[in-house]
Amino acid sequence: MKDDLSCLTIAQALDGLAKKDFTARELTERHIAAGQDAQSLNSYITQTPEIALQQAEESDKRRAAGKAGPIDGIPLAIKDLFCTKGTRTTAASKILHNFVPPYESTVTANLFRDGAVMLGKANLDEFAMGSSNTTSPFGNVLNPWRRRSAPDVPLVPGGSSGGSAAAVAARIAMGATGTDTGGSIRQPAAFCGISGIKPTYGRCSRWGVIAFASSLDQPGVFARSVEDCAILLQSCAGYDPKDSTSANRPVPDWRAALSSGKSVKGLKIGIPKEYRMDGMPADIAALWEKGTVWLKDAGAQIVDITLPHTEYALPTYYIVAPAECSSNLARYDGVRYGLRIEGRDLTDMYEKTRAEGFGAEVTRRIMIGTYVLSSGYYDAYYTKAQKVRRLIRNDFTAAFEQCDAILAPTAPSAAFGIGENQDDPVKMYLNDVFTIPASLAGLPGMSVPAGLDADGLPLGLQIIGKAWDEETVLRVAQEIERAACFTALPGMVSEKAA
Amino acid sequence: MSIDRETVRKVARLARIAMPDEKLDVYAPQIERIMGVVEQLGKVNTDGVEPLASVVENELSLRPDTVTDGNDAASVLSNAPETMEGYFVVPKVVE
Repeated sequence: MKDDLSCLTIAQALDGLAKKDFTARELTERHIAAGQDAQSLNSYITQTPEIALQQAEESDKRRAAGKAGPIDGIPLAIKDLFCTKGTRTTAASKILHNFVPPYESTVTANLFRDGAVMLGKANLDEFAMGSSNTTSPFGNVLNPWRRRSAPDVPLVPGGSSGGSAAAVAARIAMGATGTDTGGSIRQPAAFCGISGIKPTYGRCSRWGVIAFASSLDQPGVFARSVEDCAILLQSCAGYDPKDSTSANRPVPDWRAALSSGKSVKGLKIGIPKEYRMDGMPADIAALWEKGTVWLKDAGAQIVDITLPHTEYALPTYYIVAPAECSSNLARYDGVRYGLRIEGRDLTDMYEKTRAEGFGAEVTRRIMIGTYVLSSGYYDAYYTKAQKVRRLIRNDFTAAFEQCDAILAPTAPSAAFGIGENQDDPVKMYLNDVFTIPASLAGLPGMSVPAGLDADGLPLGLQIIGKAWDEETVLRVAQEIERAACFTALPGMVSEKAA
Repeated sequence: MSIDRETVRKVARLARIAMPDEKLDVYAPQIERIMGVVEQLGKVNTDGVEPLASVVENELSLRPDTVTDGNDAASVLSNAPETMEGYFVVPKVVE
C-alpha cells in the first residue's frame, strides 16, 4: 500500500518527484489505471488521459530543467463546472452536453501554470445544484464508502462536487477542484472522508466557472490532508481582474504557515449553541464534543457563542440562490451554445430547449427564483431575504469578536443511500443546514474527517473562520486531523491493497 | 401560501420553460412546499436593515478603456447550434 503511488499525499508525491523516486509520467499513469479500475464510481464525466500524459511529460521536462512549479506533476480531477479550453465542459447538464470552451477558467489556468496534470472532468450535480450528486444526467456518482451493516447499498458521495470528492477518496486523483455555493465542497468532503476547503468569497476567481449563484459561488479544493488542501488552494487563489468580485489582496503562504509549527494554543474556538439541533445523530454530537476536547487539550480556549439567525439561513439561501440561478441560467437559450430544440418560433424554441435541457432540480430552482423575483413578490421575498442575509452576517461579525474560529459539524448525517431524501426537496436541502450560514456570510469553511459513525461511515467536522483568515481555519483543521488520526479507508481501497 | 397550477404556468412562461399540464401538477406542490419553508422569514424583524446583495466590500473598479481581446468570431461562434456568414442563426422573428 505504501508503495502505491495512488495512495501518497500531494506533499509526499512532490517530495518523491523532487528526489526522482518516480516521474510525473509514472504518477499519472498510476492514477489513470486506478481510474480505469474504479469506473463504477462514475466520478468523471470526461476522462482526459491523453491530456494528462502529455502534461505529465512536459512536467518531467520542466523538472529536469530545474523549472518545476509548486505542484508540478500532481494529477488532479477538475470539477466539470470549470471551463477548460478545448475540453468539453458540461456543468453536468444536457443543455451544455456538447459545450467546448474556447477559453480556460482562471483557477484551472493557475493550476496548470503551477504544473498540475488534469485527469478528467469530474461529475457533479447539474449546475452544482444538489447535495447528493443524483441530479447529473451523466448518472449518479457512488461514494467509495459503504455501510458495514449494508455493504450492498450504494451511498451518495454528497454534492454538488460529488465526483471530485469520490475521486480523491477512492485514490484515483490526488486532489480536486470543487465549488461551494451552500456546502458543495464541505458536505461531500465529509461524506467521503477527505478534507475540503471553501476559502473566503473573492479569494479564488470565478472567471470561467459556470455560474449558479454568483454572490455565493466560490471555488475551492479537495485533498486527503489539510496540508495538501493548503498546497492546492495556494495555486488556485489570487486576484483576477476578470472577476469583479475577486479580492485584490496578497495570498499568504499557507503551507509555510502550517509547517511553522504554530499551534492552536491560545486560540479561542467558538461553539455556536444554535447548531445543537433537535434530532442530531448521537454520533455527530459526540464527535463534535470530541473535537472541542481535542482543541482544548492542544491549548485552545473553548467559548460558547450565539448565531441567533441560524434557523433563517436555509430559507434565506433558498430565496437568494434560486433568484441568482434563474438570472444566470437565462443565458441558456439554444442560440449561442449548447442544446437547441427547434420550435415554431423563437419563444417556442427557447421554451422547448430549456424544458428538454434542464433537469427537475434545476427547473425547480429556476421556477422558485423566477417567482421570488417576479413583479409583486420581489420585495416580500428577495429584498427580505437580502435583509436577513445581512443579519446572518452580522451574527458572525459579533461572534468573531469573541472567538478566532468556529467549530461545528459539517453535515447533519453521514452519507445516505442513493434514492433516500428524494421524495421531498426540502429534506435534501436540510443537508446543508450547517454549511449554508458561512456561505451567506462569505466566510472560509473547511471540513476535515474526524471519525467514523457506528456503521463505519466517515463524519466531518467543520471549521469556519473570519474573512481572509484561511490560515487559522487550516491550522485548527490540522490540529483536528492530528488528534483524530483518521486513517480509515473506504472498503474498495483497503480491499485492493489486501 | 398556496401555489396553484395557474401560478406555475405563469412562472414557467416567465422562465421560458415549456411546461405541459401533467408537469404543472408535479411542480405546484413542490414549489408550494419550498415556499412554505421560506415563509418563515416573515418572522424576522428587519426594520431598518439594509439589504445585503454581496459580501464584497471593495468598490467596483473600472478597467482601463483599452482593447484587450476580441476579433475572434470563429471562437465566439464555435459552439453555436447554427451559424451563417459569421452570425448566430435564430428562427424568423419578423414576419
